[in-house]
Formats: sequence, structure tokens, C-alpha cells
Amino acid sequence: MPKLKLPAPPIPDRINPKPKRPGKKTGPEDLKEHALEAGASTVDWIDERTSLAGGARWMMFRKVPKGTNWFYTLGSATMFAFLSQAVTGVFLAMYYDPSATRAYESIRYINNEVFLGEFVHAMHKWGSSVMVILIFLHMGRTFFFGAYKYPRELNWVIGVVLLVLTMTMAFTGYLLPFDQRSYWATIVGVNINGTGPIVGPYLSEFLRAGPYFGATTLSRFYAIHMLLVPGAIAALMGFHLYLVAKLGTTAPPWVKAEPPEKLREESVTA
Amino acid sequence: MADRKEPKSKYTTDRQIPGAFEGETVTRRRAMVIGGQAAGAVAGAAIILPALGFAMGPVFKEEEQPWQAVGKIGEFSEDTYVPRTITLTQGIGDAGKSTVYMRKYNPNVDTEKPDEYNKFIAVSTLCMHLGCPVRFTAAAQRFICPCHGGVYDFVGKVTGGPPVRPLDRFYTQVEGDTVFIGRRFSVNSELRRFSPRDPGEPLDGVGQYLYPSRPSMRKLPNT
Repeated sequence: MPKLKLPAPPIPDRINPKPKRPGKKTGPEDLKEHALEAGASTVDWIDERTSLAGGARWMMFRKVPKGTNWFYTLGSATMFAFLSQAVTGVFLAMYYDPSATRAYESIRYINNEVFLGEFVHAMHKWGSSVMVILIFLHMGRTFFFGAYKYPRELNWVIGVVLLVLTMTMAFTGYLLPFDQRSYWATIVGVNINGTGPIVGPYLSEFLRAGPYFGATTLSRFYAIHMLLVPGAIAALMGFHLYLVAKLGTTAPPWVKAEPPEKLREESVTA
Repeated sequence: MADRKEPKSKYTTDRQIPGAFEGETVTRRRAMVIGGQAAGAVAGAAIILPALGFAMGPVFKEEEQPWQAVGKIGEFSEDTYVPRTITLTQGIGDAGKSTVYMRKYNPNVDTEKPDEYNKFIAVSTLCMHLGCPVRFTAAAQRFICPCHGGVYDFVGKVTGGPPVRPLDRFYTQVEGDTVFIGRRFSVNSELRRFSPRDPGEPLDGVGQYLYPSRPSMRKLPNT
């Protein structure tokens, strides 16, 4: 097997530090210069021990096709929505209590008593809809631009799994405020799972942790919502991004491929 | 194919591997790899299997459903339903409670064979479409579900909307002059008793096999 070697595109000129003029001393001269170079020398120190810079350059300074436009940002937007959900979710977890008798009270406390609690809760609540909308728009972009075709089929498949996981997040998160709406929506949602033949009844029982909505249903949904699924989403998102960087993005369908100059000349002479 | 390579001998001694034993067929490198992978599999299973069992446990554990007193004999009539509140799940407050509609067995409308468990009829409020709570509307003599428009007649059979089977019922028992309510059971369109199923799971035809009963909740034996 040949050794995997990541191609490292050159650093753009405007980022590359200019070489010192000849005759000047190498290294920083005074305190000011030391301070200016502190960031660079920290990065150097890390890079000398990890060689991460090549990977970072490979990830960030990629060649993109002509015609790349704002629609190509929908994937990153979805990722940003996920990060926003992760951050606000971690802070909501500081006040939330996933027990059937305390959950509603703890959400009421977050909304009414905690400083900025209503804001963070609303960010998480509305952000979930934003993420679902963005993931569908991103999927639509991929579909209509034909970006799912060879060699990117696996990335489409991973994307579909990410979509399912995002819907799982939306479903399990809906129960957590534990008001009438979330309770009945969860009863209905779990029963929809139960209508699958043979395995359905066991699946709904697994989700409820028993034949009825019980004492541990809420904590089960909470564990799925904040630990199981986010971990899977983060891991798959990483792989999704790796494949995007490895395979590159597609040009929009309306951009005609330009044949290389050599081929064009040949067609003229022939 | 004549130019095919001679197949390698399965004995390591024949393949001139240094330090090979007589009759040995597996190289030590291969034995180490297999051993390492087996150890990894055992270690992985030791983590995954208990965790899965832990999460799946409640599916196979039988739920306790004690008999609960719901009132005196005189409180229930043959012609209309009286709502009663019972506790389905202990210790989670109002979320564990449910309404049950109760009436006396009425030989004019009830077609099923009378026995010790149906002297009083207790109808569950779980809609058999997707589990919303139904309400008995006395003027219409119908159970009506607010979510998606399921309608059931006086005995709980579907007369309209999406529900797939009649409303579930509960076993009832009379001790002295007190009526007790027991575990839930499901019925098909002929009101035959089945172990309780979730809403949305039909029990007519192959339904009872497509949606098997679960160990966590069964009907009383021989009823």
C-alpha cells in the first residue's frame, strides 16, 4: 500500500511572512518584536511537535471550482447551527433536571429566574428549527447541483444519516420541557415508532423504558438527546468534512467545463 | 491454467519459515493477530453487551399492575360512562395518571361473554390511532379523539377516523361492594381479549402476529 501523503497547497502570499532583508539580524530585535511574534512562535512550537499545519492548510486552502456561490455555505451554516445547539445545550444542562416531577419546574426556573435563561433557552429552541431547515436546504443544494454523484455517494449517505440523527435530536429534545405539548407529542411519536411490524412494539418499549410513559422515560430521552446522538453527529460530521476536503466540491451545473488549452488547440488543428 | 503458481504448502516448515514447528500450519505472526483481535473482541463485548442489556432491560421486565379501587358498585350505571382516575406509573406525579371510563355491564349492548372480569366495563382513554386521550361525549354516545378525529361508539368500536382497533379496556373485579381495576388488555373488532398492544397496532387478521405482545405486559391467563 502506498504511504498516504496529504498534498499541501502553498500558503497564499498575503499570509506568508516576508523574508527579512539581507544583512538584518535574524530573530526578534526588541520587546515589541518579541510580543508581535509571540503568536507565531506559539504556533511554531505546537507545529514542531504535531505537524498539524500541513493538515490545516490542506483543509482550509483548497481549490474551489468556478461558480462557487453562497449556496455552498449551507453545509457550514448547518455545522454552525449544530455548534450553537451544542454550546447552548451544555449551559441549559447546568439548570435542567430530567425527572418527571422536576423537569417542568426546572425549565420554568430557567425561563423566569436565571439571568439570560430565557434567551439561551430560546436560542436552543429556535436553533433546533434553524438546524433542521438548514440541513434540508443543504440537502436540496447537493441534490439539485448533482453533488451526490460519483465519487461523492458515500458523503450523501453520511449526510442522510446526519439528517436522521438531527431529526432524532429534534424528537428527543421536544419532550424535555415536559409540558402538555411535549408529553402528548412524545406519546404520539413513540407510538408511531411502534407501528413498525415485528420490531416496532419493542422499539417503542425501548424508547419508553417500559409499557407506559414511566419514571425513566424522560432521563432516557435526555441521555439520548445530550450524549448519544450529539457524539454520533460530531463524529460523522468530522468524516463528512474530511470527505469534502478530500474529494473537493463540484461546480454548479450551469458552469461549463473548460477543456484544457492543449486539447482546445488540438481540436482546432484537426 | 498451466502457468499458475504452485499453491503454497499449508505447513509452515515447508515454507521455510524460521523456527517453524513440525506440523504447524499457522504462523506465529498470524496466531498473534488472531489472538489480539479475539482479546479485543472479548473486551469490546464485555463493555457493549452489559450496556445494551442495561438499556434494553425494561423491555423484558414485567410491569407490576396492582388492583386499584375506583369506587362503589352504586356509582356506575349501565347507560353512561363515569370517568375515574387511575395510576399507571407510580412516583412521577400527574404524568403517571390516566383517565378510565367506567360503566356496568349492559346485556343489551355488550356482546361478549360475561365473566368475573367484566361485571364492570372499564374503557381506556388511549386513542388507538396514536395514543392521544379520547373523551366520552354523552350527547353523541361516542368517544371522540381531539388529535386526528378518531370516533368510537358506545362500546368502544371504531366508527370513524384513523384508529385501527377498538379502545383498550381494563380488567375489573368486585370485592364486597368495591370495584377494582386491574391490568389493561387490548381487543380486536370482535372484542376478543388480547395482551395489551400499543396504539396504531391492528389486531385483526395478521395484526396480532405483526405486532407481538411483549413480556412487560400480558393479559390475565385464560381470559
